[in-house]
Amino acid sequence: MATMEMRKDLFADERDDNLNVIGKGVQRQDMPGHVTARTRFFDDHAFDGMLHLKVVRSPHHHARIRAIDTSAAERAPGVKRVLRGADVPVNKNTLLSLINFGKDDEPSLAVSKVSYKGEPVVAILADSEAQALAACKLVRIDYDPLPAVFDVEETLKPGAPVVNETYPGNYFEYHERFDHQKLRFGDVERGFAGADIVMEHRYQMSPIEHAPTETNGSIAAPEQNGRYLVHSCAQGLFFALGTTAKIVDVESNQLHFIGGTVGGGFGGKVDSLTEPLAVLGAMLTGRPVRFVLDREEEMLYGSPRGAERIYIKDGLMRDGRIVARHIRSYFDAGAYTRLSSYAAIKCTAHVPGPYWIPNVASDIYVSYTNRCPSTAMRGFGVTAVDFALEVQMDRLAEAANMDPMELRILNAYRDGDMKPHRRAAKNTALVECVQVAAEKANWPLSEQAKRASSLIGGGAGERSQIPATQLDARGQIGRPDSRNGPVTQVLPAGTSRIAPSKQPVMEGARDGRATPTQVPRYEPQRPAAPPPPPAYQPAPPPYQPASSYSPPPAPPAPPPPVAPAQPQHGAVRFSSVFGTRRR
Amino acid sequence: MARHEGRGMASVNYPIGMNLGGDPSQALIHSNPDGKFTVALSAIDLGQGMKQVSRQIAAETLGVPIEDVYVDTADSDTGPHDMGSFASRGTHRMGNAIIVAAREARGVLLEAAAEELEVNAADLVTDGRGNIHVRGAPSRSITVKATAQAAQFKQGKTIAGRGIFLIPLSAVDAETGEMNPNTAFAHACLVADVCVDDETGEVEVLRMTSAYELGRVINPRMVEQQLVGGAWMGISHALYETPEPYYPNPEHGPRDFNEYLMPGPGDIAPYHVTVLERPAPDGPFGGKGPGEMCANPVLPAIANAVYNAVGVRVDELPITPEKILRGLKANGGVKPGPRRGGPVNWR
Repeated sequence: MATMEMRKDLFADERDDNLNVIGKGVQRQDMPGHVTARTRFFDDHAFDGMLHLKVVRSPHHHARIRAIDTSAAERAPGVKRVLRGADVPVNKNTLLSLINFGKDDEPSLAVSKVSYKGEPVVAILADSEAQALAACKLVRIDYDPLPAVFDVEETLKPGAPVVNETYPGNYFEYHERFDHQKLRFGDVERGFAGADIVMEHRYQMSPIEHAPTETNGSIAAPEQNGRYLVHSCAQGLFFALGTTAKIVDVESNQLHFIGGTVGGGFGGKVDSLTEPLAVLGAMLTGRPVRFVLDREEEMLYGSPRGAERIYIKDGLMRDGRIVARHIRSYFDAGAYTRLSSYAAIKCTAHVPGPYWIPNVASDIYVSYTNRCPSTAMRGFGVTAVDFALEVQMDRLAEAANMDPMELRILNAYRDGDMKPHRRAAKNTALVECVQVAAEKANWPLSEQAKRASSLIGGGAGERSQIPATQLDARGQIGRPDSRNGPVTQVLPAGTSRIAPSKQPVMEGARDGRATPTQVPRYEPQRPAAPPPPPAYQPAPPPYQPASSYSPPPAPPAPPPPVAPAQPQHGAVRFSSVFGTRRR
Repeated sequence: MARHEGRGMASVNYPIGMNLGGDPSQALIHSNPDGKFTVALSAIDLGQGMKQVSRQIAAETLGVPIEDVYVDTADSDTGPHDMGSFASRGTHRMGNAIIVAAREARGVLLEAAAEELEVNAADLVTDGRGNIHVRGAPSRSITVKATAQAAQFKQGKTIAGRGIFLIPLSAVDAETGEMNPNTAFAHACLVADVCVDDETGEVEVLRMTSAYELGRVINPRMVEQQLVGGAWMGISHALYETPEPYYPNPEHGPRDFNEYLMPGPGDIAPYHVTVLERPAPDGPFGGKGPGEMCANPVLPAIANAVYNAVGVRVDELPITPEKILRGLKANGGVKPGPRRGGPVNWR
């Protein structure tokens, strides 16, 4: 049904194809285990005396919690412990606090109110899953329902119910200044004014389940010396470890996470949905604890891909050139931030799609609504806007009476073109992809389109320039009235305020350093008067591993390291793992 | 009442790795006394093949047979820090960390061999089959195994390496959105052929034809697996899936796979992928990452093909029969677009 072919002729001069095993379809080391059911996933680990954790979830979209009565549940058969919000050492977290992005806004167990249907309020630990589920039904929670809001634009209006007290305007706050993330490049209003055709359309991406074969879950067990072993399906092992350490308030080396073999994950296993409560349960009971979402919980309360509403306004010339594009988009974060705040940044960098357009602006909002928090999912920040952009491109082609492929090639970004986030494009290949797809699909292209190239025409004239740019102070935090404010400033052409990226750091590569690292010798083990150690000269490897493609031009030679070499955390930190390190 | 064929396309690019950087990956590599290497990571294999990509990159850089490399991931006691498997970052970030670690281990390996052969390490090359020999003089050789044994028991050397790859974190300007985002981008164009039933509103995807530019392909079979699986997810997003069918109304959520609609085996379309390789300047051997983008062009290509077939624009996903029938009614019937090209050039 599916076939794949390689076009080795394209960009051949940029590659060395004389490699040993790179580029070969060799069988995966884990495949025999997968197909013979020998692979062990997190839930394939059994422990004596293991408890099962189940949570009591809110039946309301939005409600105050007036009282919680767990007395009947505590007396139920098999129940060993009941957890409430007060038992969680740090009962407020946001995932990206690990990289200092955003404010803690989500409790592990709700305390005074619930903000979405399915929000965990009480956790039950019992000898069996059935006993835990039965005890969940005995928990009495007295709710006072509150008005709820579900629409990403309604929630931003003054007077909408406050979903998330940490962000009282129902939007994520960017740069402690704005209710959205801005992108400004050139003057879109002037672009629209000069365009032959202006069109604006609204697009709506649906939420999507991750629906992994293996549902979210983990098993935590007391190890020894106050450590806890955690079998996890996390997509980021140290992300889950760090999140758990913060919530249960232990040092990171008290946690021993084992994972790495996961039964499907498209972003939903970045959230650490189960690890913190499983570890907390193991700490408080001294017993192994298994916390696994069943399929219904995964479907209803495992974080989905958030819905996005996207408005695109384009200015088009009759010859097919797009001269201005404005995008306004609303991410539906659900009740808490999780990772949505980051998607808006990623989306901003992606605007306006793989095209060069002289005037571009976008306003990306992250809205809180009373639904299950959404999170990262495959194509995070990009998939939905690509749907909107490419349907819009189809409309533009029709409006310009042009073939859709020709319109893409005409507007495609090429090497050297300035992107709206003020960095030049490089290593582009959109034109070639369109040409090859057209050829295979037998979709005729003009001779001009066939001759186009990502290497030609980019960065010419204004295409390489940062234009004079209109700035505004619209959408200030707590001031919805400022959303229609005027232009406040015109930033001169060529302005850049963010320092260019430093070269990637590849510490450890001896041939990436200014001088070769000396290898200390263990004199006692050596024969008398050993010859001086041969200074290591990186030999040109026979298959040129990455030599042409690793961090490109060698960074400007740093000053030669003074002996002893500066401590480098990689070596120091892990020196105990493999015994003797050369330092 | 009839079935109408239509054709649509979309082209996209995709950023590789966490958008703003600041997402390090580390790798540790060491040899046992027989010259068999273990790569210790904390990367996650979700089924996408992270272990195998790591293994091939390590074997290539070390210059040893792939059978002699085993990837051990992810145990927080032994595997060094890695941000995680998301954002299409695994191959690019971890691959680079592995190259760094493998180069260091290779350096020690060649030094140990040089000591045994009494030559300069700079004159040695590996043949990728388990031997190290003097460049231009294959007879002056030593096996990797013998070298490792000498290093361990005679010379007292650890054949090991450590590596980290980090793109430094970028700030974002509040007013202009200026930033230093991803350093590598992959590209794609996809053509979808669909058939729309104007009586039932059903859409059948007849076939898809795509071209993907992914930088260096590390393992073509795994690229194929990603692209084909992702295209299935794209069909599913475009035509079937949603937990909230009347979004933003939150009701009618599915509880299991009976209620959550996805395409079945009979709904999978024949698919042809052509892969282009423009190496990323900072990718491992020029590799990028096909993980996330492979569903993206499918959604708009199908939406555009539906429009081409019957003249109905569905701007709210998924494209359900209900939306198509309502669109046909609003339009006063089928309004097919222009024919685009002939039969595909593949089978």
